[in-house]
Amino acid sequence: MSRYLARYLVSRCFSSVSSRPLHVCIVGSGPAGFYTADKVLKAHEGAHVDIIDRLPTPFGLVRSGVAPDHPETKIAINQFSRVAQHERCSFYGNVKLGSDLLLSELRDLYHVVVLAYGAESDKDLGIPGESLSGIYSAREFVWWYNGHPDYSSLKPDLKRSDTAVILGQGNVALDVARILLRPTTELASTDIARHALSALEESSIRKVYLIGRRGPVQAALTAKELREVLGIKNLQIRIKETDLSVTPADEEEMKNSRARKRIYELLSKAAAAARTSEADPDQRELHFVFFCQPDRFLESDERRGHVSGVNLEKTILESVGSGKQIAVGTGEFEDINCSIVLKAIGYKSVPINGLPFDHKKGVVPNVRGRVVSQTSGDISQTETGLYVCGWLKRGPVGIIATNLYCAEETVGSISEDIEEGVCNSSKAGSKGLMQLLEKRKVKKVEFSGWEKIDDKEKQMGIEKNKPREKLVTWGDLLAAAAN
Amino acid sequence: MLGHRISRFGSTIVKQLAREGYISTYGRRNLQRSYGHYLPSLPVVPRQARTSQEAWFLKSHKFCTSSTTSSENGDEETEKITIIFVDKDGEEIPVKVPIGMSVLEAAHENDIDLEGACEASLACSTCHVIVMDTEYYNKLEEPTDEENDMLDLAFGLTET
Repeated sequence: MSRYLARYLVSRCFSSVSSRPLHVCIVGSGPAGFYTADKVLKAHEGAHVDIIDRLPTPFGLVRSGVAPDHPETKIAINQFSRVAQHERCSFYGNVKLGSDLLLSELRDLYHVVVLAYGAESDKDLGIPGESLSGIYSAREFVWWYNGHPDYSSLKPDLKRSDTAVILGQGNVALDVARILLRPTTELASTDIARHALSALEESSIRKVYLIGRRGPVQAALTAKELREVLGIKNLQIRIKETDLSVTPADEEEMKNSRARKRIYELLSKAAAAARTSEADPDQRELHFVFFCQPDRFLESDERRGHVSGVNLEKTILESVGSGKQIAVGTGEFEDINCSIVLKAIGYKSVPINGLPFDHKKGVVPNVRGRVVSQTSGDISQTETGLYVCGWLKRGPVGIIATNLYCAEETVGSISEDIEEGVCNSSKAGSKGLMQLLEKRKVKKVEFSGWEKIDDKEKQMGIEKNKPREKLVTWGDLLAAAAN
Repeated sequence: MLGHRISRFGSTIVKQLAREGYISTYGRRNLQRSYGHYLPSLPVVPRQARTSQEAWFLKSHKFCTSSTTSSENGDEETEKITIIFVDKDGEEIPVKVPIGMSVLEAAHENDIDLEGACEASLACSTCHVIVMDTEYYNKLEEPTDEENDMLDLAFGLTET
């Protein structure tokens, strides 16, 4: 009976849904943010969605993470733009959660707050020498060549030696290797940042080592990306035959995953082809090094404070149950000399005040997207009206499309909660946000501002035969948006 | 009475977020290269990524806001066939499409909400199909390496 009463009350709330809009704020305008916005708008006629982002430009990693030579992967931006232009949706860039406004303030203004701000930090190795200069996280390097305004002045030194070491063998590692080794004539017609193109044109890097602590069967990269790098002209691939021997545990892993099996086969074919090809000193080289984990970084004698190599420990694999194998050190070491190291071992999310955070996993604790405030036994208590989506929810894994399903789950939870009466109180929504931002003199960038940036970049690109020439400083971006 | 209305409204919301759906067709069914190009007349061997069961991940609902470029449906000579999209509520939506048009494009041109994040450039797997009829499946060519690469990452992949 009381359930019927509850539904009656909720229906009263719903019966005038057009006069009681659902105010939703999404923090983060990458794929997770936009897919969430799209689904909320479609599921709820009365929903008004505001998407905020700390950058003046939207689209998150689609703009700043996807490699310049992968333009087809950026097509998703078209769908995101349509969402941003929806009459019940607004984008506000240059608005930073934590500095310009607090999470508690957002929750006061909106019925539903969805945090989709991704993972803007990095996993650490925690080994000696990690703070030597010349060692960067792949994230920093990717943001540098993609013109992210926070990293335009990174100035990585690519002229010190001919060797770069990349730790990790996922798709980000491959991206970075490819950008380092691709002929710059090919890069010149992409949307790569100008400062990066110049640096790469003068780069002396000719050898790149991709180091993985486990074997080819466990490599995190995917087939399409591997196929692409194996097909680059004038690039020699080097893989040790001995690294390709598989154990029964490996066979089991491959049996359970068609992706792993196909990747292993690709690597085997590449190793065989490499064996028969002649070594050409002019060619660039990509070495896949398996079963090695970094023990410490070596410091240069001539240039104190700068990295000169990596000390690697050979590993073997040990089964830890449920088909998983981990790398274990053997006590045998070897050095690789290099002048630049890129750590592509995974991203990590950044916690903010007032937000529950699982520091071990690097994510916000949640149940199907609902943020969990505390757990006792089997019962999780969730925060009302607070949700997560994307990497902040799942960890930094998956592709752009993974966020489609992630957003569906989160929006499903939101819809269930709305039925239970989350929208009871009246909230100020956009109006409240505008008042707050004005009071704090925040120079927000609306979607029309981004469109001005977009037009300017495309215009500048035409002159250089590039799809766009990115604006790479905060000043330039904000100026173009305000034009 | 009110309870009933709420539960129907609520269930509509929930169903809209579910992903199961089925497709059935009348007559010949011609799936075509996932680039959405028009090819003339004869049944073109489909090039879309596929597996063996016939099910569409379909999200068809009332608040569809996808904008579709309404291109002309070709001249009168382009033969048209009927495709019936069956959404997750079981509602059948027959549409007439010219032979050679991809199913993804056919859906979008008729305001049927089908995910296609990379807009048919073979850079994702959100529009991947499951072909349920073994006979038809056997008429198809093997998936290319590029299609298989995308299928590796597909959600809800099933074995042939």
